[in-house]
Amino acid sequence: MDHTPSRLFAMIQAGLRDEVLRSNTPWFCVACYYCTVRCPQEVPVTDLMYALKRLSVQQGLCGQVDGRDFARSFVGTVERYGRSFELGLATRYYFTRRPLRLLRLAATGLGMLRKGRVGLRPESIRDVKGLRAILRRARALSGAT
Amino acid sequence: MADKIGVYVCHCGSNIADAVDVEGVARFAATLRGVAVSRHDSFMCSQPGQELIEADLRELGLTGVVVAACSPQLHEPTFRRACGRAGLNPYLMEMANIREQCSWVTLDPAAATEKAKALVAGAVHRVACQQPLEPHRVPIHPRTLVVGGGIAGIQAALELADAGYPVTLVEREPSIGGHMAQLDKTFPTLDCSACILTPKMMAVGQHPNIQLLSYSEVEGSSGYVGNFVVRIRRKARYVAEDKCTGCEICQQKCPVWVEDKVFEAGLGFRKAIYSPFAQAVPNTPVIDRENCVYFERGKCKACEIFCPAGAIVWDQEDEVLDIEVGNIILATGYRLFDPRRIPQYGYSRLENVFTSLEFERMCNAAGPTAGRIVLRDGMTRPQRVAIVHCVGSRDRNYNAYCSDVCCMYSLKFAHLVHERLPEAEVYNFYIDIRSSRKGYEEFYHRLLDEGTHFIRGKVARISDVPETPEEEDRLIVEAEDTLIGRQRRLPVDMVILSCGLEPQADVRQVARRFGISCSQNGFFIERHPKLDPVATTTDGVFIAGACQGPQDIQSAVAQGAAAAARVAGLISRGEVQLEPVLATVDEAACSGCEECLLTCPYSAIELRPDRDKAHVIAALCKGCGVCAAACLPKAISLSHYTDEQLVAQAKGLLNV
Amino acid sequence: MTYAFFPGCSLAHSASAYADSIRLVAERLGLELREIDDWNCCGATAYFATELLPAYALVARNLALLDGDLDQVVTPCSLCYVNLRRTLQALGGGGNLRAWVDDALAAGGLSYRGAGLSVRHLLDVVVNDVGVDSIAAKVTRPLYGLRVAPYYGCLTVRPGTGFDDPEQPTSLDKLLRSLGAEVVDFSLKADCCGGHMSLISAEVAYPLLRRLLQNATDQGADLVVTACPMCQLNLDAYQQRVNRHFGTSFRLPVLFFTQAIGLALGMSPKALGIGKEIVPASPVLENRWSTEAPPAPARPQRARRRARGTSLPMRGVGDR
Repeated sequence: MDHTPSRLFAMIQAGLRDEVLRSNTPWFCVACYYCTVRCPQEVPVTDLMYALKRLSVQQGLCGQVDGRDFARSFVGTVERYGRSFELGLATRYYFTRRPLRLLRLAATGLGMLRKGRVGLRPESIRDVKGLRAILRRARALSGAT
Repeated sequence: MADKIGVYVCHCGSNIADAVDVEGVARFAATLRGVAVSRHDSFMCSQPGQELIEADLRELGLTGVVVAACSPQLHEPTFRRACGRAGLNPYLMEMANIREQCSWVTLDPAAATEKAKALVAGAVHRVACQQPLEPHRVPIHPRTLVVGGGIAGIQAALELADAGYPVTLVEREPSIGGHMAQLDKTFPTLDCSACILTPKMMAVGQHPNIQLLSYSEVEGSSGYVGNFVVRIRRKARYVAEDKCTGCEICQQKCPVWVEDKVFEAGLGFRKAIYSPFAQAVPNTPVIDRENCVYFERGKCKACEIFCPAGAIVWDQEDEVLDIEVGNIILATGYRLFDPRRIPQYGYSRLENVFTSLEFERMCNAAGPTAGRIVLRDGMTRPQRVAIVHCVGSRDRNYNAYCSDVCCMYSLKFAHLVHERLPEAEVYNFYIDIRSSRKGYEEFYHRLLDEGTHFIRGKVARISDVPETPEEEDRLIVEAEDTLIGRQRRLPVDMVILSCGLEPQADVRQVARRFGISCSQNGFFIERHPKLDPVATTTDGVFIAGACQGPQDIQSAVAQGAAAAARVAGLISRGEVQLEPVLATVDEAACSGCEECLLTCPYSAIELRPDRDKAHVIAALCKGCGVCAAACLPKAISLSHYTDEQLVAQAKGLLNV
Repeated sequence: MTYAFFPGCSLAHSASAYADSIRLVAERLGLELREIDDWNCCGATAYFATELLPAYALVARNLALLDGDLDQVVTPCSLCYVNLRRTLQALGGGGNLRAWVDDALAAGGLSYRGAGLSVRHLLDVVVNDVGVDSIAAKVTRPLYGLRVAPYYGCLTVRPGTGFDDPEQPTSLDKLLRSLGAEVVDFSLKADCCGGHMSLISAEVAYPLLRRLLQNATDQGADLVVTACPMCQLNLDAYQQRVNRHFGTSFRLPVLFFTQAIGLALGMSPKALGIGKEIVPASPVLENRWSTEAPPAPARPQRARRRARGTSLPMRGVGDR
């Protein structure tokens, strides 16, 4: 985390746009919403972190951050099957981004596998086509707005 | 007699003239029926402006005056006096508010000018129908009711009593003294709070002009400025005040210990028969019926057996008094924010988290620990103390306002810890330090020199979950240190929560009882926040101290004295003028349906039994007009607000 | 009581024990959970971090698939709960969003009927609709002797205005007590387990997990019971990694609250999916679970009268 949230907001007010969008802080947010319920000024901090993530991706200012890569892998999986596919997601994310870590996590994965808690084949919804059409249209609409 | 009306349009510097074509309005007014002269001036309220009106009145023999300027709240009295000086009945003057209701709120100049013309036309039509009226004068009862015996109420009562006026001081608790009596030291001078307060309490107790009713509450109030009747319930003490000598033997002999949640802020105990503290005024104890063994089981009577004066009265009952007073000063104080509303601060779950009032009692030599700063076990001296500012204040989840005193008392706490535990470290977690009065900033600098650690950051949580060996068995204060931009975890032994000030729990009820209003936060609303801070919109009802808003002792004293001065001024005048705005009944038209009796909020209407007609009791009528609106045969009218006058004004406004 | 049911992706595999126990327990408690046909993923944290309108459209597809006669959606997954709630709120909030989402849904041949829908967490439904007392009345095998840390995590109770306090929630505590378990004072019960960060960043996630495991262990918990699949996964599957990372030796089984209910209602542990957890619960159940009620704790006397000793009185949570 390169800036604390309060500094990030001060930087926004100071007009440091690119620096804010390059910050890795939002990608460290676990979205626990403690800040949102505690903020004395009722600032929806978690939602703002989400917004900063989106903006930095859209503006192409997001550097190499793990969270962004993970989000991309996740979106790709859902787009393909309509559901999340944990094994596919993990392998896709780790093979492409963090091959070394995959080995370290293998033991955990095997444990899960033995307990029958890992699906080996992706589960797909029936109307993947319809879902993709919806997402395509939504994407087109957000481009238009 | 043909109308000869003068219209005077004010520029108010640029306040009106920037948005309204003042000269155009004046030219327009000259064309209205009955208008004999129409002028404009840059400041009608100035002396030359007023003289302009007076000269016209004398030379042209005007029959009515319209002043188009600011709100009548501000200058109606000014222009009424000017008319009076020139021989015109003041009630033949009408104001058109073309500032607050026009130039300040209408951005488009053309629209603002049209609106100003309409307002002026309405006033011209109305003034043509207005009647000369005489204000009625009523004598002012010299006695004043002061509600609340904290420092603000004490000050107000003493100022009036010393000026020679009788005062009735009502206090809910067994003794006067309020929160100030609980404190150890006062900032920034570190005066001993009791040492400076108790002489004043004594003076109240012994003053021949002060009737002190402690352990009492006001239950009702009726009447109007100069002539209120208040109903006061004196709760049964079960101790005869005229016999008790205050020897305290009863308190020593009583077998029942009770947690004292009021004076000791829950940190100490008292007996079931008790006087809250040694210097209590009056020093007659009370029996707490809820906890007394005799009231619970029918036997004990230890107090009675040992009382040398025979002052215990088991069958004493509440007493209800009706007292006439001319003015009322409310000084009902504050209550401390309850930190249990912020569960992440752990108060009542983590034993070494204390409220600020608990800490005050702990520091007090007469308190539960005899002034020793110790942990909840009553023995261990803390080595590291955290003081958390802004608990329940400056936070929209609780109270958005700043509680004014917490920064300074938090600094005082830090000083007291340094003084009594020189080896201890003190950490003040603050958002901003607010120390803006005389000697306050210097006190902050003194604490910096004393070695207090100041950490700028709002505390997120007080935790009992250790992450390092150093944190074991300690409280961990979690906060972001915004000066270094890092999260910090600070293990400490004791945490003091600097809780904010809130209105009393029953504040809205009290406001209703005395016919005044509360802000959204629940503090009483003053007539004007800058220019009239101790008066309310109800004549004869004043406010002083923390019931008006969070404030420290010196402000509470200043407000108590200010309220007393306002009251003394009224009393010395001897009488008040009341607006002659009253309901009157046209008996010929009255059907005797009694609808008005039911709607009158002040019970000011009665039915004359001999004639079956409604009759308005002038002294009780406040001129609200509800009866006039409710009266089906239109037999009731409100002087200065007759149907004819209002219809004329509406016609003028709408240009019909 | 009939509800539309949104299981969420994790119930298929990683939280299949949750699915097993929900099926059995819902039936016994008279809850009819009708699974939304052909539902899709809620987008987790990833969609809202990349594209807003597609994220809303993704969630809204599920709401559009709802049976016409049902107006309450129940989900056992806290992350799905937050995403469904947030979408429902945003679509009701006016502005252009609703029109855009309608437009997008139409591209997939769907429409969202809107008004009158609500989204509930399964824990909320069990505690507040079925009721703690009614569950207690059905208990045949009370969880006597088990000391349980109730773990809510973040998203079961935040961002606020849900069914429980966002800082110190109590619904799961009450439920577990009614099952006969002893609930330990678990102050981190609404703290974060690290969520998706366990996959991405050990530096961020492991210290969070360690804190939770340490706090529960220090408070003497035999097991953790949770209402969130992500929380269960992180605390259970990563426990050994956390041990290796920090040199600790936690062995805390983590069960779903529906498994705890099932056990207390006398159902077979195997059928409830017990045994699928990585840190096995069976040793705790065999050694700690007793048939005898623990002695009732002496009711602390009202502290209003002075006790012996030097200690200062303290205000209780419920005191005036």
